[in-house]
Amino acid sequence: MQEELFTSGRNLPHIDPSLEIWHWPISVYLFLGGLAAGLLFFAGLITVLGKDKEYPTTVKFAAIVSPIALTLGLLALFYDLTHKLYFWRLYTTIRIESPMSWGAWVLLIITPISFLWVMSYYSELFPKWKLKFEFLNTFEKILTKNRIYMAYVLIPLSVILGIYTGILLSAFNARPLWNNAILGPLFLVSGLSTGAALIILLAKSKKERHLFSKIDLALVVIELGLIVHMLMGMAAGSEVQLEAMQLLVGGEFTVMFFGFVIILGLIVPATLELTEIVGYKIPVAIPAILILIGGLVLRFVMVEAGQITRYLY
Amino acid sequence: MTTSRRKFIKISALGLGGVAATTSAIKMFGANPYLDELVKENVAKKFKRTPTYCEVCFWKCAAWTYTNENGEIKKIIGNDNDPHCYGRLCPRGTGGVGMYNDEDRLKTPLIRTTVNGEDTFRKASWEEALDLIAAKFKAVKDKYGAESLALLKHGAPGKHFEHLYKALGSDTIAEPAYAQCRGAREAGFNATFGSWIGSPEPTDIRDTKCLVLIGSHIGENMHNSQVQEMSDAIDNGATIITVDPRLSTAASKSKHWLAIKPATDIALMLAWMNVIIEEGLYDKEYVEKYGLGFNELKEYVSTFTPEWAYGITTIKPELIRETAREMGNAAPSVIIHPGRHVSWYGDDTQRARAMAILNGLLGSWGRRGGFYFKESIKVPKYPHPAYNHPKWGWKEIGEKYPLAQMGITTEVIKASIPSPDNKYPVKAWLVAGTNITKSIPDRKLLEAAMDELEFMVVVDTMPMDVTGYADVVLPECTYLERFDGIRSATNREPSIALRMPAVKPKYDSKPSWWIAKQLGERLGVGDYFAYDDYKEVIEWQLEKMGTSLEEMEKIGVKNFPRKSRSLYLKEDEKYEFPTMSGKIEFYSKELKELGFDPMPKYTAHPEPPQGFYRLNYGRAPMHTFSRTANNPNLNDLKKENDLWVNPKVARIIGLKTGQRVWLRNQDEITSTFSIKVRVTERVRWDSVYMVHGFGHDNKKLTRAYAKGINDTQLVSKVAVDPIMGGTGMRGNFVEILTENPHKNTEI
Amino acid sequence: MRYAMVIDTLKCVGCSDCVVACQTENDVPIGYCRDWITETVSGAYPTIELELKSERCNHCDNAPCVRCCPTGASHQLDNGIVLVTGDECIGCGACIESCPYDARFQHPDGYVDKCTFCHHRLEKGQLPACVSVCPTKCMYFGDLDNPNSEVSRLLKNRKHKTLAPEAGTKPKVYYLI
Ligand SMILES: Nc1nc2c(c(=O)[nH]1)N[C@H]1C(S)=C(S)[C@@H](COP(=O)(O)OP(=O)(O)OC[C@H]3O[C@@H](n4cnc5c(=O)[nH]c(N)nc54)[C@H](O)[C@@H]3O)O[C@H]1N2
Ligand SMILES: Nc1nc2c(c(=O)[nH]1)N[C@H]1C(S)=C(S)[C@@H](COP(=O)(O)OP(=O)(O)OC[C@H]3O[C@@H](n4cnc5c(=O)[nH]c(N)nc54)[C@H](O)[C@@H]3O)O[C@H]1N2
Ligand code: SF4
Ligand code: SF4
Ligand code: SF4
Ligand code: SF4
Ligand code: SF4
Ligand SMILES: [Mo]
Repeated sequence: MQEELFTSGRNLPHIDPSLEIWHWPISVYLFLGGLAAGLLFFAGLITVLGKDKEYPTTVKFAAIVSPIALTLGLLALFYDLTHKLYFWRLYTTIRIESPMSWGAWVLLIITPISFLWVMSYYSELFPKWKLKFEFLNTFEKILTKNRIYMAYVLIPLSVILGIYTGILLSAFNARPLWNNAILGPLFLVSGLSTGAALIILLAKSKKERHLFSKIDLALVVIELGLIVHMLMGMAAGSEVQLEAMQLLVGGEFTVMFFGFVIILGLIVPATLELTEIVGYKIPVAIPAILILIGGLVLRFVMVEAGQITRYLY
Repeated sequence: MTTSRRKFIKISALGLGGVAATTSAIKMFGANPYLDELVKENVAKKFKRTPTYCEVCFWKCAAWTYTNENGEIKKIIGNDNDPHCYGRLCPRGTGGVGMYNDEDRLKTPLIRTTVNGEDTFRKASWEEALDLIAAKFKAVKDKYGAESLALLKHGAPGKHFEHLYKALGSDTIAEPAYAQCRGAREAGFNATFGSWIGSPEPTDIRDTKCLVLIGSHIGENMHNSQVQEMSDAIDNGATIITVDPRLSTAASKSKHWLAIKPATDIALMLAWMNVIIEEGLYDKEYVEKYGLGFNELKEYVSTFTPEWAYGITTIKPELIRETAREMGNAAPSVIIHPGRHVSWYGDDTQRARAMAILNGLLGSWGRRGGFYFKESIKVPKYPHPAYNHPKWGWKEIGEKYPLAQMGITTEVIKASIPSPDNKYPVKAWLVAGTNITKSIPDRKLLEAAMDELEFMVVVDTMPMDVTGYADVVLPECTYLERFDGIRSATNREPSIALRMPAVKPKYDSKPSWWIAKQLGERLGVGDYFAYDDYKEVIEWQLEKMGTSLEEMEKIGVKNFPRKSRSLYLKEDEKYEFPTMSGKIEFYSKELKELGFDPMPKYTAHPEPPQGFYRLNYGRAPMHTFSRTANNPNLNDLKKENDLWVNPKVARIIGLKTGQRVWLRNQDEITSTFSIKVRVTERVRWDSVYMVHGFGHDNKKLTRAYAKGINDTQLVSKVAVDPIMGGTGMRGNFVEILTENPHKNTEI
Repeated sequence: MRYAMVIDTLKCVGCSDCVVACQTENDVPIGYCRDWITETVSGAYPTIELELKSERCNHCDNAPCVRCCPTGASHQLDNGIVLVTGDECIGCGACIESCPYDARFQHPDGYVDKCTFCHHRLEKGQLPACVSVCPTKCMYFGDLDNPNSEVSRLLKNRKHKTLAPEAGTKPKVYYLI
């Protein structure tokens, strides 16, 4: 028989018996970050492609969500800090090796841009509420004129943001479940997919809905591929990674992972989207909502399960 | 900047605020070593150190108590010049700060009263409590004689009350450190070498080539310098042989672990003697010169072959031979360690005799790497009138046990139960520094006695279980808050150590010397306490010893040169052992004449019936008996004991690690609380094991209450040693209950 | 100068003195610890191996906790000691997530805390509190860069291991086995 135990010490709060350092706000933060990244990416892309008039939801209505999501995300992150008064320390240094650091900086840049983006559509979005101050109107005009440059900036920034939400986890060698190169792309794709889903949900025209259904379908397929790839990578990995994989495929998180993420969050909505594309009538809200929920659950599962996995003890 | 924010703020309060505030702005992009320095210097400088010696166990390591500028005790560090600790305390000593800081401490005197038919305590003033005790003690003394006042004590407070008792004319004194602890080994070694072992044990472990531990679990038993020296011995490549049915920590460090069947050690030792004599491994010159009765022994052990012992002990004959040869090759630098808590199976004096005889054969007594000749320095007695002579005392109470050298707790307890043939009626107790309900077995007897008492006083620092039985409870301050007797113990070199208060007593607690003096004055023996402060006694004694309180405050420990003799026997030395014959008595005429076996005999002891397991217990390195269970620092290391169960047993009963179970012993005594199972290969399938000292009954111990099981509760069967009255406690068997047996009795 | 700790598992008795000593020296609040003891048992009665070890932050040469810290609160000194500056730490927990040894914890005051190799004592020429108190003297401390230091010599002459070397952190707490 093999026995391993702590003789003394180590009843550390939130550390033992397994890490509970990052709580739901981090999952929410990652989800909202990914969602905003998706929305801003599509808004930027459509604008750069000059199709902003054809896809108004993407560039206008759905885009409103991104500054809100980013703000809420930041608030969630802030909420999970344990030494909050020192929050400003994040912005006294740039630490390239720390995803947390460059993520904070990316957010610092992308969040105002997302506000400016929405601002640039202000009079189109809220035609009834006139801006009170003239300088604001002037400001809006300047923004509107320069929107294309914002779009150019947003595309790479949103990709970085999307990848960041995954790399924040995968940078941690110490958590075998997180420690794989797939997590960055996976979270990016998932972020884009949730963004597309939200656009589908809000879209008013069939055309826009259809385009994003197709995009989403492609993303979901890629996402599934990445997940399979990730699991296979872990299965071929070291003992600790194998144990980590067990959590997802044959352990505590299996129901959540397979049920909510893979089946309800990816396969079912993909099937529904496909059915719709080939011409059957499906209420589009269903796959979109499933995708959004799936995306959120994916973050929850990865954050929680990842903290259970460790090298020692 | 690595000092914590809390320290940081403290520094600001010291007037560094300006610096801290301005530099924190500069520090935005990096650490500031200048501020670091400032902070640290200030933190470090404010500590004051005061000498003490530790009271968390009875090794009495000398130490420094560090207090900060607010008068808070921050840490306790060993005194480098102390031969008990060499500057390193054990975890319990280091955690001694918790004894002081424990907010559950007794805070005021308490007097038992009845409210609505229920017994309870009310707070009282010292005046009232002391007056009451004096009146009750006086009544007992007047009616039955001072002898009827019994003192059950342990540790430093005991000394002061012993003085009070002797002044009153009572010698009815006993402590659990004898009959429940080392009594049998003292009797056994005394009968062999004419000298008892004493504390600290004069084992020359640091220089030994072979250390044999028989149920002595050094490493879990944290008696400090022994642990340190065992580690030195490992470094020196000494062979360690451990005989223990359980894989003790020491066993895991040993070259040979003899996983013996419990209660069969004497058979193993007889076989060792057989091999050592048959193969001529013994120290012939030494035996010839100093031994008596070798031929009888040789003849006696000739049939106790390793093959014979194998059937009893389950130790393979080859292993018995091999280990005997290891000892023989190392001789005389070999130690068959006498152990310390040796009250196991009732034939404990004889087991100790077997150990002593082995040491005698191997010539280790008085040899480097064996046992050295210990020496201490006498602390002059502060002048007082001669003690009154009691008509009877501990000796008479324990007269059934001819070789008892100290009071036998259980006999004093029995004498407290009135009966026609009780010649020595005990009527009142003062219990000081011992939690008898946890340290003395046979709870039924103990409770019967306490029921009969006319009066019972407990002096303690904590609301321990025992305080619940008292009529009056007196709160003593901890060792960190008081003066106490000068420590002078036997060692390689004589030394003394000073204990003085590092801080003022917390709450309304008082030192024992003060309590004893107050009672003495009230009981008409005030002239035995001719001082206002115990400090005066110490000052006087230190002057007499050629030092002073002033000097001792600075050094804490003073070492003196040896005077008695050399540490070891010299070659060709004519040495007379302090036995009756002047020789090492392999064959004991004294025992023979008293009607006991002159040479140790193996007797079979009962074995656990079907479904029962032998209850084995021992020490955890971070706890001392029951006294530390509530200590915040030590409780943090280990909150409760667990029940070690062999995987085979676990499989049969269906137990899992972490599961809670209850125990019931052969006398159908059920444990009050539950205990967590630990399934482990470290324990035999016929026993279960737990650390002694947990399972506290008193709710006032907020951390320790109901945590784990109290092993003593389940020790209802006692195998009394007929030679010295020790209470063998390892013959109790328990069954494991997976369902809460109290479910129906609890509301 | 590269400080390292060497712990002899053949002598450690798991007494936990190092844990209490750290607590009292460094004001570690009750309920928290910067070091801890593990016990490993293998085999079957009566052929059993038992290993007791005192563990703490490994002051890794390749410290992920330093790399992932967004504020620089976690940093490594030239002598290899990894420290946390309490009032630069935002309590984001990234370093805790990054440590394969779970050697860090959130101090009740909010910042992250862990073993400092008692560098405040080193500066005064004293050994770390845990090392100086260990009753079995099984802990050694010194400079890895100096080939004549006790730690270097022990590592040269004795079989040793580090914890979770596969995590790639290059720990500087070594265990003699
Ligand atoms: N079942 C079982 N019984 C045993 C043992 C065992 O292993 N198992 N061991 C036996 C042995 S070896 C021994 S030596 C005895 C020990 O027996 P005890 O000496 O009775 O041991 P403790 O349980 O530590 O009780 C000490 C009491 O003294 C109090 N105390 C501590 N410091 C002070 C102080 O400064 N002043 C005062 N007034 N009180 C203080 C504590 O709060 C506690 O109530 O127990 C024996 N009994
Ligand atoms: N940490 C700590 N250290 C202490 C104390 C403490 O409370 N805490 N108390 C001190 C005191 S006063 C004393 S007396 C000593 C006691 O310390 P020791 O004298 O070393 O211990 P014991 O309690 O006699 O022995 C416990 C060991 O005996 C083994 N054992 C049980 N039955 C048998 C048997 O039949 N044969 C053999 N060979 N072994 C057996 C047990 O498995 C266990 O490993 O410890 C001292 N040191
Ligand atoms: S051995 Fe430990 S508990 Fe006992 S006196 Fe020494 S330091 Fe104190
Ligand atoms: S103090 Fe020493 S012997 Fe005790 S647990 Fe720590 S390292 Fe081991
Ligand atoms: S042990 Fe953990 S906290 Fe310490 S340096 Fe290594 S990674 Fe950082
Ligand atoms: S918790 Fe503090 S020390 Fe750790 S990474 Fe975050 S800011 Fe750095
Ligand atoms: S080196 Fe200092 S801080 Fe680190 S574990 Fe030891 S005592 Fe604690
Ligand atoms: Mo004892």
